[in-house]
Amino acid sequence: MARKAPSTLPNMLLSLTAIAFVAATALAALNAVTAAPVEAAQKAKVEQAISAVLPPFSRTEDQTVDGNLCHLAYDASGLFVGAAVEAGNDKGFGGHLQLMVGFDANGLVHGYRILETHETPGLGAKADTWFQQGGKGAIVGIDPFQTKLAVRKDGGAVDAITGSTITSRAFLDIVSTAAATYQHINR
Amino acid sequence: MKASEIIRNGLIKENPTWVLILGMCPTLATTTSAVNGLSMGLATTFVLMMSNIVISLLKSVIPDKVRIPAFIVVIASFVTIVEMVMKAYLPSLYDSLGLFISLIVVNCIVLGRAEAFASKNNAWHSFLDGVFMGLGFTWALTLVGIVRELLGTGCLFGHSLIGGADGMLLFILPPGGFLVLGLLMAAVNRLRKQNA
Repeated sequence: MARKAPSTLPNMLLSLTAIAFVAATALAALNAVTAAPVEAAQKAKVEQAISAVLPPFSRTEDQTVDGNLCHLAYDASGLFVGAAVEAGNDKGFGGHLQLMVGFDANGLVHGYRILETHETPGLGAKADTWFQQGGKGAIVGIDPFQTKLAVRKDGGAVDAITGSTITSRAFLDIVSTAAATYQHINR
Repeated sequence: MKASEIIRNGLIKENPTWVLILGMCPTLATTTSAVNGLSMGLATTFVLMMSNIVISLLKSVIPDKVRIPAFIVVIASFVTIVEMVMKAYLPSLYDSLGLFISLIVVNCIVLGRAEAFASKNNAWHSFLDGVFMGLGFTWALTLVGIVRELLGTGCLFGHSLIGGADGMLLFILPPGGFLVLGLLMAAVNRLRKQNA
């Protein structure tokens, strides 16, 4: 076995300082390299979500309404085709839940994507498909001002995810917030 | 010590999950699907391999009394590297594993191999030990993930095998994780002892 450096104070200080210094330098360098791709990935995720929740469009314009970021979409002739609203709350079972909810020009729900979730796998995490078109609690095509966006237990019209009423309430609460925000959008 | 012995130790004889029973927290938490288990295993393998090499090379300059903090700094650096790279180039995987990647730092397999193996052996053997301990952990996690995903959702690596079936939710939830892990551990050890 190799001879070890004795545990004297200068030795300990020197070796720990050197290791920490090299580690910090390497991480700082890597951070500089990955910062741009991380940002690009984040941006791509948002853009993908926007196209997924809206009817076909050719350009978008950002607007902050009621503290929520909205992406207004226009077609090639400049006609308003809908808006995607980013909204969230902390009422999820696992904490923060952040959604992108798309509304068409008539205010009907056109689609949604989950941007951030900490819900339980197998239960609340099903929210990514449950409320989609064809899902058991589909909200696509609903007019949020005609139909109450709440679970049946609360007198609403949407089937909650089995065993995940808390997640479903948080989810529908966010969709309602997004719908209210959509109404205040300045077209 | 021969290379083949190190390889056998990592994969079967001293398998971190089935025999040493180390790192149970990530094992239970990330195996809700086969892909998650596989990726978590591979991320841990990378960290184990790199930290084993570096610690083995540094073993003569690290004084005994500060070896644990020194090991932790080395391990934490490699974990942060994995985390940054994954966030930049595999964002969707990062979303599903996120928290557990940072927790590789305190995975007792990594520190355990640093202390028990890398600080006493040369770099080549430590490299082998890191890779095969990591792969031993990976196959265990993937197997647990496959069983849980199959029983819990009827899917295998995200592809549905049983059309329209919802699966037994229990197996995705933590109690199912304990059940699958315990039964697989019994089965694997039975086979291991029969072939020993």
